[in-house]
Amino acid sequence: MDLANLRDVTFTYAYADSAALEGVTLHLERGQLYGVVGTNGSGKSTLCSLLRGLIPHFHKGTVEGTVEILGRNLADWNPAELARTIGCVFDNPFTQISGIKDTVFEEIAFGLENLGVSRSDIVDRVTSISDRLGITALLPKNPNGLSGGQRQKVAFASIIAMDAEVLVIDEPTSQLDPQSSQAVFEIIADLKDRGKSIVLVEHKIDLMARYADRLVVMHAGKVVAEGPTREILAAPAVDAADVPRPEVTDLAFALESVGKGLGTIPVTRPQAEAAIAARMRGAQVHAHHVA
Amino acid sequence: MPITLHDVHHAYPDGTLAVRGVDLTVDRGERLAIVGQNGAGKTTTVKLMNGLLRPTRGTVTIDGQPTAGRTTARIARQVGYVFQNPDDQIFAGDVRTELTLVPRYLRWDAAYTAERVTRAVDLTGIAPHLDSNPNDLPFPVRKFVAIAAILVGTCDYVILDEPTAGLDRPGTRQLLALMDRLRDEGIAVVTITHDMRFVADAFPRVVAMADGTVIADGTAADVFADDDVLARSQLQRLEVAQLARNLHLTDRAIRIDDVLHLIP
Repeated sequence: MDLANLRDVTFTYAYADSAALEGVTLHLERGQLYGVVGTNGSGKSTLCSLLRGLIPHFHKGTVEGTVEILGRNLADWNPAELARTIGCVFDNPFTQISGIKDTVFEEIAFGLENLGVSRSDIVDRVTSISDRLGITALLPKNPNGLSGGQRQKVAFASIIAMDAEVLVIDEPTSQLDPQSSQAVFEIIADLKDRGKSIVLVEHKIDLMARYADRLVVMHAGKVVAEGPTREILAAPAVDAADVPRPEVTDLAFALESVGKGLGTIPVTRPQAEAAIAARMRGAQVHAHHVA
Repeated sequence: MPITLHDVHHAYPDGTLAVRGVDLTVDRGERLAIVGQNGAGKTTTVKLMNGLLRPTRGTVTIDGQPTAGRTTARIARQVGYVFQNPDDQIFAGDVRTELTLVPRYLRWDAAYTAERVTRAVDLTGIAPHLDSNPNDLPFPVRKFVAIAAILVGTCDYVILDEPTAGLDRPGTRQLLALMDRLRDEGIAVVTITHDMRFVADAFPRVVAMADGTVIADGTAADVFADDDVLARSQLQRLEVAQLARNLHLTDRAIRIDDVLHLIP
Protein backbone atom coordinates (compact mmCIF):
# COMPACT_ATOMS: atom_id res chain seq x y z
CA MET A 1 0.00 0.00 0.00
CA ASP A 2 1.30 3.47 -0.88
CA LEU A 3 1.82 6.20 1.68
CA ALA A 4 -0.02 8.74 -0.43
CA ASN A 5 -1.38 9.23 -3.88
CA LEU A 6 -2.28 12.70 -5.06
CA ARG A 7 -3.85 13.05 -8.47
CA ASP A 8 -4.17 16.49 -10.02
CA VAL A 9 -4.75 18.14 -6.67
CA THR A 10 -5.50 21.84 -6.51
CA PHE A 11 -6.13 23.50 -3.19
CA THR A 12 -7.17 27.08 -2.54
CA TYR A 13 -7.37 28.36 1.05
CA ALA A 14 -10.66 29.99 1.98
CA TYR A 15 -10.41 33.75 1.32
CA ALA A 16 -7.23 33.32 -0.78
CA ASP A 17 -7.06 34.70 -4.30
CA SER A 18 -4.87 32.02 -5.79
CA ALA A 19 -4.28 28.31 -5.35
CA ALA A 20 -1.65 27.20 -2.81
CA LEU A 21 -1.31 23.84 -4.59
CA GLU A 22 -1.92 23.59 -8.29
CA GLY A 23 -2.33 20.37 -10.26
CA VAL A 24 -0.15 18.32 -7.91
CA THR A 25 0.26 14.68 -8.86
CA LEU A 26 2.49 12.82 -6.46
CA HIS A 27 3.03 9.21 -5.53
CA LEU A 28 4.74 8.55 -2.18
CA GLU A 29 5.79 5.05 -1.16
CA ARG A 30 6.02 3.68 2.34
CA GLY A 31 9.32 3.18 4.16
CA GLN A 32 11.06 6.07 2.46
CA LEU A 33 12.45 9.35 3.70
CA TYR A 34 11.12 12.03 1.36
CA GLY A 35 12.68 15.47 1.49
CA VAL A 36 10.50 18.36 0.35
CA VAL A 37 12.36 21.44 -0.84
CA GLY A 38 11.32 24.78 -2.32
CA THR A 39 11.25 28.46 -1.46
CA ASN A 40 8.86 29.89 1.12
CA GLY A 41 5.40 30.04 -0.36
CA SER A 42 6.13 27.24 -2.85
CA GLY A 43 3.49 24.99 -1.26
CA LYS A 44 5.62 22.78 1.02
CA SER A 45 3.69 23.42 4.20
CA THR A 46 0.35 23.20 2.39
CA LEU A 47 1.38 19.80 1.05
CA CYS A 48 2.20 18.75 4.63
CA SER A 49 -1.16 20.02 5.87
CA LEU A 50 -2.88 17.95 3.22
CA LEU A 51 -0.96 14.77 4.09
CA ARG A 52 -1.80 15.23 7.76
CA GLY A 53 -5.47 15.84 7.06
CA LEU A 54 -5.35 19.38 8.45
CA ILE A 55 -6.64 20.20 4.99
CA PRO A 56 -9.59 20.23 4.67
CA HIS A 57 -10.56 19.42 8.29
CA PHE A 58 -8.84 22.36 9.97
CA HIS A 59 -7.67 24.72 7.22
CA LYS A 60 -10.78 25.40 5.18
CA GLY A 61 -10.70 25.76 1.44
CA THR A 62 -11.45 24.01 -1.81
CA VAL A 63 -9.77 20.72 -2.68
CA GLU A 64 -9.97 19.51 -6.26
CA GLY A 65 -8.56 16.20 -7.49
CA THR A 66 -8.12 13.09 -5.36
CA VAL A 67 -6.00 12.52 -2.28
CA GLU A 68 -5.46 9.01 -0.94
CA ILE A 69 -3.60 8.44 2.31
CA LEU A 70 -2.60 4.81 2.99
CA GLY A 71 -5.03 3.61 0.36
CA ARG A 72 -8.02 5.47 1.69
CA ASN A 73 -9.60 8.61 0.32
CA LEU A 74 -8.77 11.59 2.53
CA ALA A 75 -12.46 12.45 2.92
CA ASP A 76 -13.12 8.97 4.34
CA TRP A 77 -10.58 9.28 7.14
CA ASN A 78 -11.76 10.08 10.63
CA PRO A 79 -9.56 13.07 11.63
CA ALA A 80 -8.71 11.56 15.04
CA GLU A 81 -7.68 8.26 13.47
CA LEU A 82 -5.56 10.08 10.90
CA ALA A 83 -3.91 12.11 13.67
CA ARG A 84 -2.94 8.87 15.46
CA THR A 85 -1.57 7.36 12.26
CA ILE A 86 0.42 10.38 11.10
CA GLY A 87 2.64 12.22 13.56
CA CYS A 88 3.18 15.87 12.70
CA VAL A 89 5.94 18.21 13.76
CA PHE A 90 4.92 21.77 12.93
CA ASP A 91 7.38 24.36 11.68
CA ASN A 92 6.63 26.69 14.56
CA PRO A 93 7.15 25.02 17.96
CA PHE A 94 4.93 27.68 19.53
CA THR A 95 2.03 26.16 17.60
CA GLN A 96 2.88 22.71 18.81
CA ILE A 97 3.54 23.05 22.51
CA SER A 98 0.31 22.63 24.48
CA GLY A 99 0.87 25.51 26.89
CA ILE A 100 -1.04 23.64 29.59
CA LYS A 101 1.74 21.48 31.02
CA ASP A 102 4.04 22.64 33.81
CA THR A 103 7.10 20.63 32.88
CA VAL A 104 8.85 19.55 29.72
CA PHE A 105 8.48 15.93 30.87
CA GLU A 106 4.69 16.24 31.07
CA GLU A 107 4.64 18.09 27.75
CA ILE A 108 6.44 15.24 25.98
CA ALA A 109 4.27 12.71 27.83
CA PHE A 110 1.02 14.50 26.93
CA GLY A 111 0.47 12.83 23.56
CA LEU A 112 1.33 9.41 24.99
CA GLU A 113 -1.23 9.83 27.79
CA ASN A 114 -3.86 10.59 25.18
CA LEU A 115 -2.93 7.39 23.38
CA GLY A 116 -3.43 5.42 26.60
CA VAL A 117 0.22 4.38 26.92
CA SER A 118 1.09 2.96 30.36
CA ARG A 119 2.94 5.24 32.79
CA SER A 120 6.08 3.08 32.90
CA ASP A 121 6.19 2.96 29.11
CA ILE A 122 5.74 6.75 29.00
CA VAL A 123 8.69 7.24 31.34
CA ASP A 124 10.86 4.97 29.18
CA ARG A 125 9.96 6.70 25.96
CA VAL A 126 10.30 10.25 27.29
CA THR A 127 13.65 9.42 28.90
CA SER A 128 15.02 7.79 25.80
CA ILE A 129 14.10 10.52 23.29
CA SER A 130 15.21 13.29 25.69
CA ASP A 131 18.56 11.60 26.08
CA ARG A 132 19.09 11.43 22.33
CA LEU A 133 18.22 15.09 21.88
CA GLY A 134 20.31 16.21 24.83
CA ILE A 135 17.37 17.77 26.65
CA THR A 136 17.30 15.59 29.80
CA ALA A 137 18.25 18.61 31.92
CA LEU A 138 15.17 20.44 30.62
CA LEU A 139 12.66 17.78 31.73
CA PRO A 140 11.75 19.43 35.07
CA LYS A 141 11.58 22.94 33.55
CA ASN A 142 8.53 24.90 32.44
CA PRO A 143 8.08 24.72 28.64
CA ASN A 144 7.17 28.41 28.55
CA GLY A 145 10.61 29.42 29.81
CA LEU A 146 12.56 27.70 27.05
CA SER A 147 14.55 29.29 24.23
CA GLY A 148 13.31 28.89 20.65
CA GLY A 149 15.78 26.09 19.94
CA GLN A 150 14.90 24.23 23.14
CA ARG A 151 11.21 24.52 22.36
CA GLN A 152 11.84 23.15 18.90
CA LYS A 153 13.56 20.09 20.38
CA VAL A 154 10.71 19.54 22.86
CA ALA A 155 8.10 19.79 20.08
CA PHE A 156 10.09 17.28 18.03
CA ALA A 157 10.55 14.93 21.01
CA SER A 158 6.86 14.94 21.87
CA ILE A 159 5.92 13.73 18.40
CA ILE A 160 8.74 11.20 18.01
CA ALA A 161 7.81 9.67 21.39
CA MET A 162 4.36 8.81 20.02
CA ASP A 163 5.95 6.39 17.56
CA ALA A 164 3.48 6.91 14.69
CA GLU A 165 3.94 4.86 11.53
CA VAL A 166 4.08 7.95 9.35
CA LEU A 167 5.77 11.24 10.22
CA VAL A 168 5.31 14.58 8.53
CA ILE A 169 7.99 16.93 9.81
CA ASP A 170 8.09 20.60 8.85
CA GLU A 171 11.44 22.39 9.31
CA PRO A 172 12.52 20.69 12.54
CA THR A 173 15.95 22.37 12.72
CA SER A 174 15.22 26.01 11.79
CA GLN A 175 16.28 27.25 15.22
CA LEU A 176 18.95 24.65 16.03
CA ASP A 177 22.74 24.78 15.94
CA PRO A 178 24.66 22.44 13.61
CA GLN A 179 25.24 19.71 16.23
CA SER A 180 21.57 19.62 17.24
CA SER A 181 20.46 19.68 13.59
CA GLN A 182 22.67 16.69 12.93
CA ALA A 183 21.20 14.88 15.95
CA VAL A 184 17.67 15.50 14.67
CA PHE A 185 18.55 14.16 11.23
CA GLU A 186 20.17 11.07 12.76
CA ILE A 187 17.01 10.35 14.74
CA ILE A 188 14.90 10.76 11.60
CA ALA A 189 17.23 8.44 9.66
CA ASP A 190 16.95 5.82 12.45
CA LEU A 191 13.16 6.01 12.29
CA LYS A 192 13.32 5.39 8.57
CA ASP A 193 15.59 2.40 9.14
CA ARG A 194 12.93 1.05 11.51
CA GLY A 195 10.46 1.13 8.63
CA LYS A 196 8.69 4.41 9.27
CA SER A 197 7.55 6.55 6.37
CA ILE A 198 8.75 10.14 6.61
CA VAL A 199 8.02 13.35 4.77
CA LEU A 200 10.47 16.05 5.80
CA VAL A 201 10.47 19.74 4.85
CA GLU A 202 13.87 21.34 5.43
CA HIS A 203 16.07 24.11 4.01
CA LYS A 204 19.42 22.60 5.10
CA ILE A 205 20.32 21.05 1.79
CA ASP A 206 23.60 19.40 2.86
CA LEU A 207 21.70 17.34 5.43
CA MET A 208 18.94 16.57 2.94
CA ALA A 209 21.53 15.35 0.44
CA ARG A 210 22.95 13.02 3.03
CA TYR A 211 19.80 11.58 4.51
CA ALA A 212 16.82 11.84 2.15
CA ASP A 213 16.08 8.88 -0.14
CA ARG A 214 14.08 10.98 -2.54
CA LEU A 215 13.41 14.67 -3.04
CA VAL A 216 10.22 16.46 -3.97
CA VAL A 217 10.94 19.90 -5.45
CA MET A 218 8.14 22.45 -5.22
CA HIS A 219 7.78 25.78 -6.94
CA ALA A 220 4.78 28.12 -7.07
CA GLY A 221 2.34 25.49 -5.80
CA LYS A 222 3.48 22.78 -8.20
CA VAL A 223 5.66 19.71 -7.82
CA VAL A 224 8.35 20.40 -10.44
CA ALA A 225 10.51 17.33 -9.80
CA GLU A 226 10.45 14.13 -7.75
CA GLY A 227 13.04 11.38 -7.71
CA PRO A 228 16.17 9.92 -6.09
CA THR A 229 18.02 12.62 -4.12
CA ARG A 230 21.25 12.44 -6.09
CA GLU A 231 19.47 12.61 -9.44
CA ILE A 232 17.27 15.53 -8.40
CA LEU A 233 20.13 17.61 -6.98
CA ALA A 234 21.89 17.39 -10.34
CA ALA A 235 18.73 18.36 -12.26
CA PRO A 236 17.97 21.86 -13.62
CA ALA A 237 14.62 21.88 -11.77
CA VAL A 238 16.54 22.75 -8.60
CA ASP A 239 17.74 26.02 -10.17
CA ALA A 240 14.32 26.84 -11.55
CA ALA A 241 12.84 26.36 -8.08
CA ASP A 242 15.56 28.60 -6.54
CA VAL A 243 16.67 25.84 -4.17
CA PRO A 244 20.35 25.75 -3.21
CA ARG A 245 22.51 22.73 -4.01
CA PRO A 246 25.03 21.18 -1.63
CA GLU A 247 28.32 23.04 -1.78
CA VAL A 248 30.14 20.00 -3.19
CA THR A 249 27.56 19.72 -5.98
CA ASP A 250 28.14 23.38 -6.86
CA LEU A 251 31.85 22.58 -6.86
CA ALA A 252 31.32 19.73 -9.34
CA PHE A 253 29.35 22.02 -11.66
CA ALA A 254 32.04 24.72 -11.34
CA LEU A 255 34.68 22.14 -12.30
CA GLU A 256 32.57 21.15 -15.30
CA SER A 257 32.30 24.77 -16.41
CA VAL A 258 36.11 25.09 -16.52
CA GLY A 259 36.50 21.84 -18.46
CA LYS A 260 37.44 19.70 -15.44
CA GLY A 261 34.19 17.77 -15.01
CA LEU A 262 34.37 14.80 -12.63
CA GLY A 263 32.17 12.59 -14.81
CA THR A 264 29.82 12.27 -11.84
CA ILE A 265 27.82 14.75 -9.81
CA PRO A 266 28.45 14.24 -6.08
CA VAL A 267 25.91 15.45 -3.50
CA THR A 268 27.83 14.60 -0.33
CA ARG A 269 31.38 15.46 0.67
CA PRO A 270 32.63 11.84 0.79
CA GLN A 271 31.33 11.33 -2.77
CA ALA A 272 33.08 14.50 -3.94
CA GLU A 273 36.32 13.61 -2.14
CA ALA A 274 36.36 10.16 -3.74
CA ALA A 275 35.83 11.58 -7.23
CA ILE A 276 38.45 14.31 -6.83
CA ALA A 277 40.97 11.94 -5.20
CA ALA A 278 40.57 9.59 -8.17
CA ARG A 279 41.19 12.51 -10.51
CA MET A 280 44.32 13.53 -8.57
CA ARG A 281 45.70 9.95 -8.66
CA GLY A 282 45.04 9.89 -12.40
CA ALA A 283 46.90 13.18 -12.83
CA GLN A 284 49.87 11.84 -10.84
CA VAL A 285 50.04 8.67 -12.91
CA HIS A 286 49.84 10.79 -16.06
CA ALA A 287 52.64 13.08 -14.84
CA HIS A 288 54.73 10.02 -14.00
CA HIS A 289 54.30 8.60 -17.50
CA VAL A 290 55.14 11.94 -19.12
CA ALA A 291 58.28 12.17 -16.98
CA MET B 1 33.84 55.98 16.45
CA PRO B 2 33.45 52.42 17.61
CA ILE B 3 31.72 50.23 20.16
CA THR B 4 34.44 49.15 22.55
CA LEU B 5 34.27 46.38 25.10
CA HIS B 6 37.16 46.51 27.55
CA ASP B 7 37.77 43.55 29.91
CA VAL B 8 34.04 42.94 30.04
CA HIS B 9 32.60 40.34 32.37
CA HIS B 10 28.97 39.49 32.88
CA ALA B 11 27.54 37.26 35.58
CA TYR B 12 23.83 36.44 35.49
CA PRO B 13 21.84 36.69 38.74
CA ASP B 14 22.10 32.90 39.19
CA GLY B 15 25.89 33.29 39.27
CA THR B 16 26.64 31.98 35.78
CA LEU B 17 29.65 33.85 34.45
CA ALA B 18 28.65 34.01 30.78
CA VAL B 19 31.33 36.43 29.61
CA ARG B 20 34.75 36.69 31.21
CA GLY B 21 37.23 39.29 30.06
CA VAL B 22 36.11 40.18 26.54
CA ASP B 23 38.01 42.88 24.66
CA LEU B 24 36.39 43.78 21.37
CA THR B 25 36.01 46.81 19.12
CA VAL B 26 33.39 47.22 16.40
CA ASP B 27 33.95 50.11 13.99
CA ARG B 28 31.28 52.07 12.14
CA GLY B 29 30.37 50.41 8.85
CA GLU B 30 32.15 47.19 9.84
CA ARG B 31 30.74 43.68 9.48
CA LEU B 32 31.52 41.29 12.27
CA ALA B 33 30.28 37.74 12.78
CA ILE B 34 30.47 36.19 16.24
CA VAL B 35 30.53 32.39 16.13
CA GLY B 36 30.72 29.59 18.68
CA GLN B 37 28.56 26.92 20.20
CA ASN B 38 25.45 27.56 22.30
CA GLY B 39 26.50 28.83 25.70
CA ALA B 40 29.79 30.32 24.48
CA GLY B 41 28.72 33.84 25.46
CA LYS B 42 27.77 35.21 22.02
CA THR B 43 24.32 36.48 22.92
CA THR B 44 25.51 37.90 26.23
CA THR B 45 28.27 39.77 24.39
CA VAL B 46 25.94 41.43 21.89
CA LYS B 47 23.38 42.25 24.57
CA LEU B 48 26.20 44.03 26.42
CA MET B 49 26.77 46.09 23.26
CA ASN B 50 23.28 47.55 23.27
CA GLY B 51 22.68 47.86 26.98
CA LEU B 52 20.20 45.00 27.32
CA LEU B 53 22.79 43.65 29.75
CA ARG B 54 25.38 45.60 31.73
CA PRO B 55 28.93 44.50 32.52
CA THR B 56 29.46 43.24 36.05
CA ARG B 57 33.12 44.17 35.48
CA GLY B 58 34.86 46.15 32.73
CA THR B 59 33.46 48.88 30.49
CA VAL B 60 31.43 49.19 27.31
CA THR B 61 31.64 52.46 25.41
CA ILE B 62 29.72 53.51 22.32
CA ASP B 63 31.33 56.26 20.31
CA GLY B 64 33.44 57.07 23.33
CA GLN B 65 30.50 57.25 25.76
CA PRO B 66 30.33 54.61 28.50
CA THR B 67 27.00 52.76 28.57
CA ALA B 68 27.06 52.87 32.37
CA GLY B 69 24.49 55.38 33.59
CA ARG B 70 22.57 55.49 30.27
CA THR B 71 19.22 53.83 29.79
CA THR B 72 18.80 50.87 27.46
CA ALA B 73 16.19 52.88 25.54
CA ARG B 74 18.77 55.57 24.83
CA ILE B 75 21.51 53.11 23.86
CA ALA B 76 19.05 51.28 21.60
CA ARG B 77 18.78 54.41 19.45
CA GLN B 78 22.41 53.87 18.48
CA VAL B 79 22.59 50.08 18.60
CA GLY B 80 19.59 48.16 17.22
CA TYR B 81 19.01 44.53 18.17
CA VAL B 82 17.01 42.19 15.93
CA PHE B 83 15.95 39.11 17.90
CA GLN B 84 16.43 35.60 16.54
CA ASN B 85 12.76 34.87 16.94
CA PRO B 86 10.67 37.68 15.43
CA ASP B 87 7.79 36.67 17.71
CA ASP B 88 9.87 37.86 20.69
CA GLN B 89 10.01 41.30 19.13
CA ILE B 90 6.83 41.99 17.16
CA PHE B 91 3.75 42.93 19.09
CA ALA B 92 1.61 45.25 16.98
CA GLY B 93 -1.53 43.93 15.27
CA ASP B 94 -0.42 45.04 11.81
CA VAL B 95 2.92 45.61 10.14
CA ARG B 96 2.43 49.33 9.51
CA THR B 97 1.77 49.98 13.20
CA GLU B 98 4.77 47.87 14.19
CA LEU B 99 7.00 50.04 12.00
CA THR B 100 5.78 53.29 13.54
CA LEU B 101 6.35 52.30 17.18
CA VAL B 102 9.82 53.86 17.27
CA PRO B 103 8.75 57.08 15.47
CA ARG B 104 5.83 57.51 17.86
CA TYR B 105 8.04 56.90 20.88
CA LEU B 106 10.56 59.42 19.58
CA ARG B 107 7.76 61.84 18.51
CA TRP B 108 8.95 62.18 14.94
CA ASP B 109 6.82 64.26 12.59
CA ALA B 110 4.78 62.58 9.88
CA ALA B 111 7.11 63.44 7.02
CA TYR B 112 10.24 62.08 8.71
CA THR B 113 8.35 59.00 9.91
CA ALA B 114 7.19 58.32 6.35
CA GLU B 115 10.72 58.73 5.03
CA ARG B 116 12.23 56.31 7.56
CA VAL B 117 9.44 53.75 7.18
CA THR B 118 9.69 53.84 3.38
CA ARG B 119 13.43 53.25 3.56
CA ALA B 120 13.05 50.31 5.97
CA VAL B 121 10.26 48.76 3.88
CA ASP B 122 12.31 49.16 0.74
CA LEU B 123 15.40 47.56 2.34
CA THR B 124 13.47 44.54 3.59
CA GLY B 125 11.04 44.02 0.70
CA ILE B 126 7.96 43.86 2.92
CA ALA B 127 5.86 46.40 0.97
CA PRO B 128 3.14 43.86 0.06
CA HIS B 129 2.56 43.03 3.73
CA LEU B 130 2.06 46.42 5.41
CA ASP B 131 -1.60 45.87 6.19
CA SER B 132 -1.18 42.27 7.32
CA ASN B 133 -1.30 40.98 10.85
CA PRO B 134 2.26 39.75 11.51
CA ASN B 135 0.85 36.48 12.88
CA ASP B 136 -0.63 35.68 9.47
CA LEU B 137 2.71 36.08 7.70
CA PRO B 138 5.19 33.27 7.01
CA PHE B 139 8.19 33.09 9.32
CA PRO B 140 10.73 34.65 6.90
CA VAL B 141 8.47 37.63 6.27
CA ARG B 142 7.98 38.10 10.03
CA LYS B 143 11.75 38.07 10.27
CA PHE B 144 12.04 40.91 7.76
CA VAL B 145 9.29 42.80 9.60
CA ALA B 146 11.40 42.56 12.76
CA ILE B 147 14.47 43.81 10.87
CA ALA B 148 12.47 46.66 9.30
CA ALA B 149 11.15 47.76 12.70
CA ILE B 150 14.75 48.22 13.86
CA LEU B 151 15.91 49.88 10.63
CA VAL B 152 13.21 52.54 10.94
CA GLY B 153 15.34 53.84 13.80
CA THR B 154 18.57 55.71 13.11
CA CYS B 155 21.03 53.15 14.52
CA ASP B 156 24.70 53.26 13.61
CA TYR B 157 25.07 49.62 14.63
CA VAL B 158 22.66 46.77 13.95
CA ILE B 159 22.88 43.41 15.70
CA LEU B 160 21.30 40.49 13.84
CA ASP B 161 20.76 37.35 15.93
CA GLU B 162 20.71 34.25 13.67
CA PRO B 163 19.31 36.21 10.71
CA THR B 164 19.49 33.37 8.17
CA ALA B 165 17.77 30.74 10.36
CA GLY B 166 14.64 29.56 8.56
CA LEU B 167 15.33 31.70 5.47
CA ASP B 168 15.16 30.24 1.98
CA ARG B 169 17.54 31.28 -0.80
CA PRO B 170 15.55 34.35 -1.97
CA GLY B 171 15.35 35.44 1.68
CA THR B 172 19.09 35.08 2.12
CA ARG B 173 19.70 37.10 -1.05
CA GLN B 174 17.41 39.83 0.27
CA LEU B 175 19.35 39.85 3.53
CA LEU B 176 22.72 40.11 1.78
CA ALA B 177 21.47 42.98 -0.41
CA LEU B 178 20.13 44.75 2.67
CA MET B 179 23.49 44.38 4.43
CA ASP B 180 25.28 45.86 1.41
CA ARG B 181 23.05 48.91 1.56
CA LEU B 182 23.66 49.30 5.28
CA ARG B 183 27.40 49.17 4.64
CA ASP B 184 27.01 51.90 1.99
CA GLU B 185 25.27 54.01 4.62
CA GLY B 186 28.13 53.39 7.08
CA ILE B 187 26.04 51.23 9.41
CA ALA B 188 27.87 48.39 11.17
CA VAL B 189 26.34 44.91 11.24
CA VAL B 190 27.20 42.47 14.01
CA THR B 191 25.73 39.00 13.68
CA ILE B 192 25.59 35.92 15.84
CA THR B 193 25.18 32.89 13.64
CA HIS B 194 25.69 29.17 13.19
CA ASP B 195 25.49 29.57 9.41
CA MET B 196 29.11 29.32 8.31
CA ARG B 197 28.26 29.83 4.62
CA PHE B 198 26.71 33.18 5.53
CA VAL B 199 29.80 34.04 7.58
CA ALA B 200 32.23 33.16 4.79
CA ASP B 201 30.22 34.98 2.14
CA ALA B 202 29.41 38.19 3.96
CA PHE B 203 31.74 38.86 6.90
CA PRO B 204 35.34 40.04 6.48
CA ARG B 205 35.87 39.67 10.22
CA VAL B 206 35.00 36.68 12.40
CA VAL B 207 35.23 36.43 16.17
CA ALA B 208 35.10 32.94 17.65
CA MET B 209 34.03 32.56 21.27
CA ALA B 210 34.25 29.71 23.76
CA ASP B 211 33.61 29.63 27.51
CA GLY B 212 32.82 33.34 27.66
CA THR B 213 36.04 34.46 26.01
CA VAL B 214 37.20 35.49 22.54
CA ILE B 215 39.47 32.72 21.24
CA ALA B 216 40.00 34.04 17.70
CA ASP B 217 39.51 37.34 15.87
CA GLY B 218 40.41 37.37 12.18
CA THR B 219 39.19 36.52 8.70
CA ALA B 220 36.93 33.54 8.02
CA ALA B 221 39.90 31.82 6.34
CA ASP B 222 42.02 32.35 9.49
CA VAL B 223 39.36 30.91 11.77
CA PHE B 224 38.55 27.88 9.61
CA ALA B 225 42.26 27.08 9.18
CA ASP B 226 42.81 26.83 12.93
CA ASP B 227 42.11 23.32 14.26
CA ASP B 228 42.49 24.40 17.86
CA VAL B 229 39.95 27.23 17.48
CA LEU B 230 37.49 24.92 15.70
CA ALA B 231 37.82 22.26 18.37
CA ARG B 232 37.37 24.72 21.25
CA SER B 233 34.42 26.49 19.65
CA GLN B 234 32.96 23.23 18.24
CA LEU B 235 32.55 24.84 14.84
CA GLN B 236 32.18 22.75 11.75
CA ARG B 237 34.19 23.67 8.69
CA LEU B 238 32.37 24.53 5.51
CA GLU B 239 32.06 21.48 3.27
CA VAL B 240 34.41 22.92 0.67
CA ALA B 241 36.96 23.82 3.37
CA GLN B 242 36.84 20.32 4.86
CA LEU B 243 37.15 18.75 1.42
CA ALA B 244 40.16 20.91 0.55
CA ARG B 245 41.79 19.95 3.80
CA ASN B 246 41.07 16.22 3.54
CA LEU B 247 42.53 16.17 0.04
CA HIS B 248 45.59 18.22 1.16
CA LEU B 249 44.75 20.97 -1.35
CA THR B 250 44.80 23.91 1.07
CA ASP B 251 43.87 24.78 4.66
CA ARG B 252 42.52 28.20 3.79
CA ALA B 253 39.69 27.55 1.33
CA ILE B 254 36.33 29.06 2.22
CA ARG B 255 34.78 29.31 -1.25
CA ILE B 256 34.56 27.11 -4.32
CA ASP B 257 36.79 29.57 -6.22
CA ASP B 258 39.53 28.96 -3.66
CA VAL B 259 39.88 25.29 -4.67
CA LEU B 260 38.90 25.25 -8.34
CA HIS B 261 42.43 25.89 -9.64
CA LEU B 262 43.94 23.36 -7.21
CA ILE B 263 42.05 20.41 -8.70
CA PRO B 264 43.73 18.94 -11.80
